[in-house]
Amino acid sequence: MSLLEMQKVSYQNEKKLILQEISLKVAAGDFISLVGPSGSGKSTILKLCCHLLSPTQGKILFKGKDIKQYNPLDLRRRIAYCAQTPYLFGETVEDNFSFPYLIRKQKIDLARVQTLLSRFNLDGKILKNRVQSLSGGEKQRIALIRTLLFKPEILLLDEVTSALDVANTELVEKEIYTLNQTGMTILWVTHSPEQSRKYANILLSLEQGKIKTREVLK
Amino acid sequence: MNPGTTISISSLLIASSLVAISLLFSYYQKLGLEKETIISVGRAIIQLVLVGYILEYIFGQKNPVFTTGLLMIMTFNAAYNATKRGQNIKRGLLISFVAIAAGTIITLSILLFSGAIHYEPFQIIPIGGMIISNAMVALGLCYRRLSTDFMDKREEVETKLALGADILPASIEILKDSIRTGMLPTIDSAKTLGIVALPGMMTGLILAGVSPIMAIRYQLMVTFMMLSTTAIASFTACFLAYRTFFNQRKQLI
Ligand SMILES: Nc1ncnc2c1ncn2[C@@H]1O[C@H](COP(=O)(O)OP(=O)(O)OP(=O)(O)O)[C@@H](O)[C@H]1O
Ligand SMILES: [Mg+2]
Repeated sequence: MSLLEMQKVSYQNEKKLILQEISLKVAAGDFISLVGPSGSGKSTILKLCCHLLSPTQGKILFKGKDIKQYNPLDLRRRIAYCAQTPYLFGETVEDNFSFPYLIRKQKIDLARVQTLLSRFNLDGKILKNRVQSLSGGEKQRIALIRTLLFKPEILLLDEVTSALDVANTELVEKEIYTLNQTGMTILWVTHSPEQSRKYANILLSLEQGKIKTREVLK
Repeated sequence: MNPGTTISISSLLIASSLVAISLLFSYYQKLGLEKETIISVGRAIIQLVLVGYILEYIFGQKNPVFTTGLLMIMTFNAAYNATKRGQNIKRGLLISFVAIAAGTIITLSILLFSGAIHYEPFQIIPIGGMIISNAMVALGLCYRRLSTDFMDKREEVETKLALGADILPASIEILKDSIRTGMLPTIDSAKTLGIVALPGMMTGLILAGVSPIMAIRYQLMVTFMMLSTTAIASFTACFLAYRTFFNQRKQLI
């Protein structure tokens, strides 16, 4: 049984049909790269998977059960989505890290936060920085860490290295790969052909809302 | 009472020459406001005379059921008007009605309990009118802010939802801002009371011969009740309305 499965999923907004009969299976432990031209519907697929959107046709199964049957909050904590443009809220970086704890009625685990900061090459002192003062690459890594504080079962990444330099991109790729090695399932949208083949075991390409090719890499 | 308590029809007619001054001004300065001035003065006369006779009739009705019915009609009208500012809010009319009614009922109950006013039409109707129209303006502001914020801050809300937040923590900042927006005008006007201008009601009381000290007591009561009504109405409306921006599956619509 697949961990996550899309069955003939179509998504249409008021204006147009964005996705057409997408079927795909994600097995536990997969590292899937999703590529495709701008506007082909990659981000929409991720938003459907974490239930920020609902398919207009077809269904999505998580562990064999329609995701409509799960509590949406519980589902989004298990299938975490890191958006294309990192949006940091509140005033300081710390506000962003305390939020996931707050909504679980917990106190922020600063040790865990510090570990993740250093793993992603960020100084621990950044916690007190104001969000407006951060660089694009810092914002991107903070948003990623925010998603990773509580280990999700499936990680949906939307071009999370687009604002990073070569060294930091490699670092993030390695960290994500490490998470994959420890059992986290990854679905990664990327624009870089090189990145898409580096660690993934499956490469999906999307064009105009349809799956064009599916390639098994390993 | 003072000699100033009554105003004769003849003095009112002489006072109406003041309108002519405004008209002359507009004419010589080519402001193009003559027609509008005449229409507005005409409307003011007709509306106020009508309201005068209606109030005279209403104040004569001692039946509390009648007064209550009138309050409900006023609340409904205000709710209808406030809802126009938030047309994308589902069940807006119901929400506005509940919010304004909550503000009005609580505030009036406290005023009645304190003995400041009695359930007599000549007190309840004007005070109810002030409270209800104030709440209406506040709700209009709240709705505008809610609607624009839910559009402009879509990313923030979706980011929080994606982190597994429920709809309330995902939109609490928007809620706070909207409630604040609804209440600010009332708070601001309370701050400048008596400094920038004497409030209309107080001026009216003083003109009618009431001593300023007494007039101020009434004004304070009015200020308190405005504050409480806008707070209750804005809070209720925002907390009922924010949910309508989400669907059953806790997705932002
Ligand atoms: N909220 C929206 N309202 C209207 N159209 C939308 C919305 N979101 C996405 N679309 C449209 O759906 C299509 C697919 O969008 P999507 O964001 O999924 O593309 P993408 O593959 O992620 O592109 P990119 O590589 O540029 O991020 C686009 O044509 C886009 O204009
Ligand atoms: Mg995208």
